[in-house]
Amino acid sequence: MTQLWDFRGGVHPAEHKDLSTARPIRCAGIPERLVLPLQQHIGEPAEAIVKVGDRVLKGQKIADIGTGVGVPVHAPTSGVIESIADYPVPHPSGMSDRCITLKPDGEDQWCPRHPISDYRALERDQVLQIIREAGISGMGGAGFPTNIKLRPPRDRKVSTLILNGAECEPYITADDMTMREKADQVIAGLKIMAWILRPERCVIGIEDNKPQAIAALRIATEGTQTEIAVIPTKYPSGGEKQLIRILTGMEVPSGGIPADIGVMCQNIGTAVAVANAVLEGTPLIARVVTITGEAVREPGNVEALLGTPIEYLLQQAGVQQEKLSRLVLGGPMMGYTLTTEAVPVIKTTNCVIAATARELPTPPPEQPCIRCGECAAACPMDLLPQQLFWYAKATEFEKAEHLNLFDCIECGACSYVCPSSIPLVQYYRFAKGEIRVQRAEQLKADRARERFEARRARLEREQEEKELRRKERAKAAAEAEARKKAEAEQVAADGEAVDERSAKAALVEQALARKKAKTEASRPQPAADSAEDKPDLEALEKQLSQAQSKLETMQGMLDEAKAQQADNVDKLERAVAKNLDRVKRAEDALAETRDKLAARPTESQSNP
Amino acid sequence: MAFVQQSSPHARNARPTSRVMLWVMIATLPGLVAQTLFFGWGNLINVVFCIAVAVAAEAAMLRLRKKPVAFFIRDNTAAVTGLLLGLSLSQFTPWWVSVVAVISAIVVAKQLYGGLGSNPFNPAMVGYALVLVSFPVAMTTNWAEPALLWQGAPGFGETLVTITSGQQTAVDGWTMATPLDEYKHKITTHTAAEVLTHPTFGEGIARGWEWVNAAFLAGGLGLMALRIISWHIPAGFLGGLILMSLAFGSNADLYTPLSLHLLAGGTMLGAFFIATDPVSAATSHQGKLVYGTGIGILIYLIRTWGNYPDAVAFSVLLMNFAVPFIDHYTPPRTYGHHKARRGVPGNQG
Repeated sequence: MTQLWDFRGGVHPAEHKDLSTARPIRCAGIPERLVLPLQQHIGEPAEAIVKVGDRVLKGQKIADIGTGVGVPVHAPTSGVIESIADYPVPHPSGMSDRCITLKPDGEDQWCPRHPISDYRALERDQVLQIIREAGISGMGGAGFPTNIKLRPPRDRKVSTLILNGAECEPYITADDMTMREKADQVIAGLKIMAWILRPERCVIGIEDNKPQAIAALRIATEGTQTEIAVIPTKYPSGGEKQLIRILTGMEVPSGGIPADIGVMCQNIGTAVAVANAVLEGTPLIARVVTITGEAVREPGNVEALLGTPIEYLLQQAGVQQEKLSRLVLGGPMMGYTLTTEAVPVIKTTNCVIAATARELPTPPPEQPCIRCGECAAACPMDLLPQQLFWYAKATEFEKAEHLNLFDCIECGACSYVCPSSIPLVQYYRFAKGEIRVQRAEQLKADRARERFEARRARLEREQEEKELRRKERAKAAAEAEARKKAEAEQVAADGEAVDERSAKAALVEQALARKKAKTEASRPQPAADSAEDKPDLEALEKQLSQAQSKLETMQGMLDEAKAQQADNVDKLERAVAKNLDRVKRAEDALAETRDKLAARPTESQSNP
Repeated sequence: MAFVQQSSPHARNARPTSRVMLWVMIATLPGLVAQTLFFGWGNLINVVFCIAVAVAAEAAMLRLRKKPVAFFIRDNTAAVTGLLLGLSLSQFTPWWVSVVAVISAIVVAKQLYGGLGSNPFNPAMVGYALVLVSFPVAMTTNWAEPALLWQGAPGFGETLVTITSGQQTAVDGWTMATPLDEYKHKITTHTAAEVLTHPTFGEGIARGWEWVNAAFLAGGLGLMALRIISWHIPAGFLGGLILMSLAFGSNADLYTPLSLHLLAGGTMLGAFFIATDPVSAATSHQGKLVYGTGIGILIYLIRTWGNYPDAVAFSVLLMNFAVPFIDHYTPPRTYGHHKARRGVPGNQG
């Protein structure tokens, strides 16, 4: 029996999974139009390699990635490219993005495929290339390109490969049904990934509320080394960090990736996609989506082509528009609401909940926090949600960051249990967003300062060089003059041509003097910027004192962190450096202004 | 089609504050029944009166502060404060003393600090401590003589008249020192066996008091079973008290024995209903243990060497002072970090 560990916190929301497990996975068929966003995952968007009006075959690559992190997009069926334009895409903001629209011709005609029966005969890089070309990105949540994930840094050996079949979010059953019906493909995909990574241990983690999936996988893994780890049902066991903790007892270091501790997690759907790509030569053009909620008559799982509008799937499932109040993409704990049904299924779409108002009621108004600590008890990351909430609300972001705000996985367990119905996760998202903006601005400011300093250094250098050249020229001229004088004297002594020559020498001398004057005049005026608006000494002094007090605070925090050997020392050091800069700049500005003020009267006298 | 736009999580399963408070009130019922049975109608009248005054004071303050009155009244927190005061005050406390206690609890300790969630001190205990130091005679001489309701405890009418009239003439005949007081004062000159002959101790540990404490214990365990309170504060509270009692008071001829510490006075009411007030208690599990233990230790110190008889109120208030400090030093270690990050300089939350 596999040894299991527990993680602190977690909640037990009502599962609602039986809604969508009553029927086997159905095929959604081909809708009238397919909308394929060019960006369906983390990383760079792909670029269209087809034109409007092109006829494409099923499985044909229609968009590819030039450089950077990303994967190509393929035509889910044969048809004609109708447009390449902006359409609403699945995103919490309800934004639009560039999409390729495909009008299916109904023939569903495949492009040539190249199945590989014995991938072991290939190089590992070739298999990774097949996975990339098939357009596979993680099908669980964020959607990181699978071929890149399967190639961990050279110094990181993956010793444990985890297949994440926990599926801890309520309502979602896509992975459950996939494991039940396609256990062999799941295991085939796992084997391919295991062959690439050569881990010492392969383990599939499944929550104990999926007995049929467990049974199916047990049969499929009979006689192999793959472990089936049945884990207790608790949300968020399917969170990567939590699952790793449950199955290995190890924790992913903050800010690190699982590969840092020799672990990799892959999603069930991803495994199936890998198996299809390698063994059948099929790119990722369809996925299993759970259509559920009390507003649909026939909830269940469907195999939908990527690009299928959600609307089409809802209609197939018998949506009752008059009952539908909230449309959630993903699970009820971490999913987001849709503004329109027109968005398409993409590679990461695992569930659509058409909820009635009774099912997912609007939360009661926010009440004051009574410090009950339920949120801290529920937090699977052992954060202090309550303190984070206060700091986020007070926009004291540095303190929130100090309390490990960025370790929050936004699982929503804290909000779920909050008796005061405070939307805690939203506060954390707000704080994280603000901090990211501040960081970007800081980066920009740093760059600008570096540029400015580089420019100043260059100007100074040029000035010095000019000065040097001028001196050399002057010296040379003086020497020449001396020589000429000597010559002239000699010539004078010689007689005849004296006058003529001395006249020439005088001319040269004059020319030199002119040139010198010109050089002098062309030098930049250092006091040219003195005509600025009236400097405000008081404001600058205030700025300086503020910056100084902030620096002291940060220094204090840093000292304390250092004393405790906390792991945020470098973060704080950065903050201290930043504040040091700020103080210096303020001092400079102040000194400059003072100089200016002192210089002003004389200046105005000299230049009336 | 306009859909509801909402940030995740969409599912919620929280017990609203109002229901938590309602459960707290229900859980005090066994204790209230026991008090009524053993000490007469006094506490019941106090409870009803204090709740009414508390709710009225809260409503008035909310109105003055221009807050939604109905919205906040419905959270039941004012009623709980009134209830706890009603349970803690002695049976024949004159009505105006109760009013002063409730008003200072709701108006000063709660609303003037910013209302629900913002009060650093336990409102009920602030009210209690205030009247205790202001009216020591009224507060300490009004404890009913333990007698079963049907065996000579003053009737409802007599009790009501005593409380409302302000004429405490009849009181002397019905009251006596509390067992903890009695023991503490007599043990300096008597042996334990002699002290225990006093009628307040009865046959068992402390006549009537033991049942009241047992009933509050039962209610408190119920709250724990319902996961409304965690075990940490009561365990720390009782643990601290037991520890101190074993360390210092093993000789019953010198110090109050452990059984009396646990089952006389307001021990169980304090451990399960008063110290567990989330607003003014520590937040993390570790912090709650420290907080509870601190209260337990202070109770022993005050009961044994202090001058005022009501240790629970003072101990809870003293530990309320320490809460920011405790919270500062008891954060959990975050997943993926080597060690806990203690507090934030300049602001201890």
